[in-house]
Amino acid sequence: MKVVNQAIPKVDSKALVTGKPVYTDDIAPKDCLVVKVLRSPHAHALIKNIKTDTAMKVPGIECILTYEDCPDRRFTMAGQTYPEPSPYDRLILDKRVRFVGDAVAVIAGENEAAVLKAMKLIKVEYEVLEPLLDFRKAKDNEILVHPEDNWESLCPVGADNKRNLCASGVEGEGDVDKVLSECEYVIEETYHTKANQQAMMETFRTYTYMDAYGRLNIVSSTQVTFHVRRILATALDIPKSKVRVIKPRIGGGFGAKQTVVAEVYPALVTMKTGKAAKIIYTREESMIASSPRHEMELKVRLGADKDGIIKAIDVYTLSNTGAFGEHGPTTVGLSGHKSIPLYGRLEAFKFAYDVVYTNVMSAGAYRGYGATQGIFAVESAVNELAAKMGVDPVALREKNMVREGQIMPAYYGETAASCGLDRCMARAKEMMNWDEKYPVRDMGNGKVRSVGVAMAMQGSGISAVDTGAVEIKVNDDGFYSLLIGASDMGTGCDTILAQMAADCLDCSMDNIVVSGVDTDVSPYDCGSYASSTTYITGMAVVKTCELLKEKIMAKGAEYMDCPKEEVEFDGTKVFHLSSGKEITLKDIGNNVMCNNEEILSASAAHSSPVSPPPFMVGMAEVEVDKETGKVELLDYAAVVDCGTVINPALARIQTEGGLAQGIGMALYEDVVYDSAGRNFSNSFMQYKIPSRMDVGTIRVEFESSYEPTGPFGAKSIGEIVINTPAPAIAHAVARATGVQVRELPITAEKVYWGMNK
Amino acid sequence: MEIKFILNGKQVTASVNADTVLLNLVRDKGCYSVKCGCESTNCGLCTVLVDGKPHLSCALLAARVDGREVTTLEGLQAEAEEFGEFLAREGAEQCGYCSPGFIMNVLAMAKELDNPTTEEIKEYLEGNLCRCTGYMGQLRAIQKYLKTKKGARE
Ligand code: FES
Ligand code: FES
Repeated sequence: MKVVNQAIPKVDSKALVTGKPVYTDDIAPKDCLVVKVLRSPHAHALIKNIKTDTAMKVPGIECILTYEDCPDRRFTMAGQTYPEPSPYDRLILDKRVRFVGDAVAVIAGENEAAVLKAMKLIKVEYEVLEPLLDFRKAKDNEILVHPEDNWESLCPVGADNKRNLCASGVEGEGDVDKVLSECEYVIEETYHTKANQQAMMETFRTYTYMDAYGRLNIVSSTQVTFHVRRILATALDIPKSKVRVIKPRIGGGFGAKQTVVAEVYPALVTMKTGKAAKIIYTREESMIASSPRHEMELKVRLGADKDGIIKAIDVYTLSNTGAFGEHGPTTVGLSGHKSIPLYGRLEAFKFAYDVVYTNVMSAGAYRGYGATQGIFAVESAVNELAAKMGVDPVALREKNMVREGQIMPAYYGETAASCGLDRCMARAKEMMNWDEKYPVRDMGNGKVRSVGVAMAMQGSGISAVDTGAVEIKVNDDGFYSLLIGASDMGTGCDTILAQMAADCLDCSMDNIVVSGVDTDVSPYDCGSYASSTTYITGMAVVKTCELLKEKIMAKGAEYMDCPKEEVEFDGTKVFHLSSGKEITLKDIGNNVMCNNEEILSASAAHSSPVSPPPFMVGMAEVEVDKETGKVELLDYAAVVDCGTVINPALARIQTEGGLAQGIGMALYEDVVYDSAGRNFSNSFMQYKIPSRMDVGTIRVEFESSYEPTGPFGAKSIGEIVINTPAPAIAHAVARATGVQVRELPITAEKVYWGMNK
Repeated sequence: MEIKFILNGKQVTASVNADTVLLNLVRDKGCYSVKCGCESTNCGLCTVLVDGKPHLSCALLAARVDGREVTTLEGLQAEAEEFGEFLAREGAEQCGYCSPGFIMNVLAMAKELDNPTTEEIKEYLEGNLCRCTGYMGQLRAIQKYLKTKKGARE
């Protein structure tokens, strides 16, 4: 290995650190129409009438579009492989509005001032309906969020719009009730995780234009470039061949941009007017009409025998998908599939779930994707079990954790072919100095310190679904173009895929050029989500390089007039040992540009029947003020097994960043609605994401296993990293105060009232 | 109204409305490094220097810079590249969207504070949010950069 496992700076780093115009709004045409959305003030209402004539008179206004201008064809904004598990429950604009912030009309004009002025002059008459705001009462409620007849669920996910169900199901193995009844210790608790905003620094944004061929071009800050093409064609009811999508650099995603949140609006305007149009979501819009984490309530029953062997886990998850079902049926699955299998000695498990519609903003995909919620619940329950038994929670886990080679019945029956979870635990324990710090320490000033622990897993892509492909071309002088369909969202897939290619092709990174995604040019890739890119697309790189090397050798042999079976390639030249002949890659690259009938490029796709989990352990040290209940995170130690680390610097940053987001989720972040369904958390003033003063010290190490099905032994890193802080911090707080906070975030109020009950 | 100011070393004029904020003006003038992350003075992405001091350009009326000197990352390319290399070596320009505003403040801090402690660095940069990196990599980059600079001076 030469560049794989090296901390290579990202291929686009220089442009980023010098502030070059590489993001969507920087490159949008200066004269394009400005598009904005008029949003509903009601959580549930029917539009009776929209008067736009006065607004249309504002100078500079190009068009105002309402539900009457949109196709009556339902679709989902979820960026998933077709047929999407998420129901087709949306129109671009609908007569029924389903949350405060839902789109009512689309306004386009020459400048922002005119558009804002016109927006104020649109008169909408609503028939206000009673909203359904309590997700615990949603199932079979008489208020229906989606009563319409053309609502459609494409996959058998247990959905029923007449019951407010976006999905439901139950699975398991063994008789949970029986095993639990025989357990010496049983924990039965309910945990509640809230909606959280991804809060990427670049809000949702897109611009659109018609090209010389009469096709709709969409330039968008998205993680799912190819899905955007399909979803927009469906939403606009036009052939897919009429749509091209380009992804420039994007300012963060974390799953938010796995939903096609904003693309439809300028696209509709461009289709109607033929003119270039752009939408830039304000931070407020990004907070009230986006795609946050699904709020979930999880009931956990967990039982252990007298020796502390965990024998049964039962999880019931109620998930709130909000007004629309984006990612509803799939996120909920992870709440069980990626929490229960952490424990390898179960005799029975059960996992049941309901995903319900309510009149709040639609949820979506957020890093961790349901696993985060499930792991908070199950890991908290295990810590409560340790407390009940009076044993060290680390020792309890060492006794029960899944080990390499074990079959994981609750994880689709997959085998843990690579698993360094035990080593992660051992190392984390050392890093945190666990044995010394586990006892609660009174600091003598009204403050107490203690530590907490949690384990986590995730997947690496969606097994037998996710598909990634790359193409590599040999150019003049023998440099390579690596065409990628996966959407680099800053986390660096353009770089790590080039690293893999460089190793496979025995060349330096400089000999490989990479470019952003363009659906007209890049090979198909489902996109950057589900922790798939390194594992799935990385394997496509490995395969492609094998094919390309064969072709390079065949060409070289042809030029040297040698049998192709006898030549070798060392990255710079093809050579024939017995005759001493050789030809450089440079010459081959130049030769094929003249009198050649076979292009020198290769392309391969990859999909995997398994989704090998990365594993990790996180430990938190907190200090709690006994007077006020205020929690301060002092130190966070995390050890990750993501298989071979392709780029240690980028993997470390992903881990530290994911931990900081998890810390935000644990301590600060909460999407709060009032009793009328109005979202209070509509800015960074109200919705506090951690600053550098709030995250303590974050320390990360890697304990790599080797994943036999992954490129260079790699698994994924992107999502797992957000999963441990909430349960580990809750645990540390419980140790310090005796208060187990089961509803996030862990605020001073909750701790204070817990202590002063 | 007409204003005159120096933008990255060049004299420029602009006609602005009373409510135009500096952020929009400098972007209109082609300084695309300046980003908006929040509209509520919480994120620091829009940081520029006015007469050498860091300011949030989203909260500064364009009219206020009449006769003054405004610097964006476009005007500090050599310095940005120098510090940027440290940042990139840590991978701490993940999406890079917060990097320009952050780098503006780091450069200002390097001028203003001598030998800052970790706490001082954190405090100086508290207003610069980053959602990708968790801040540790940024801190490592700053410390290595300051150390190298100090080494060069001694
Ligand atoms: S845009 Fe966030 S502080 Fe100016
Ligand atoms: S690197 Fe993305 S917000 Fe800081």
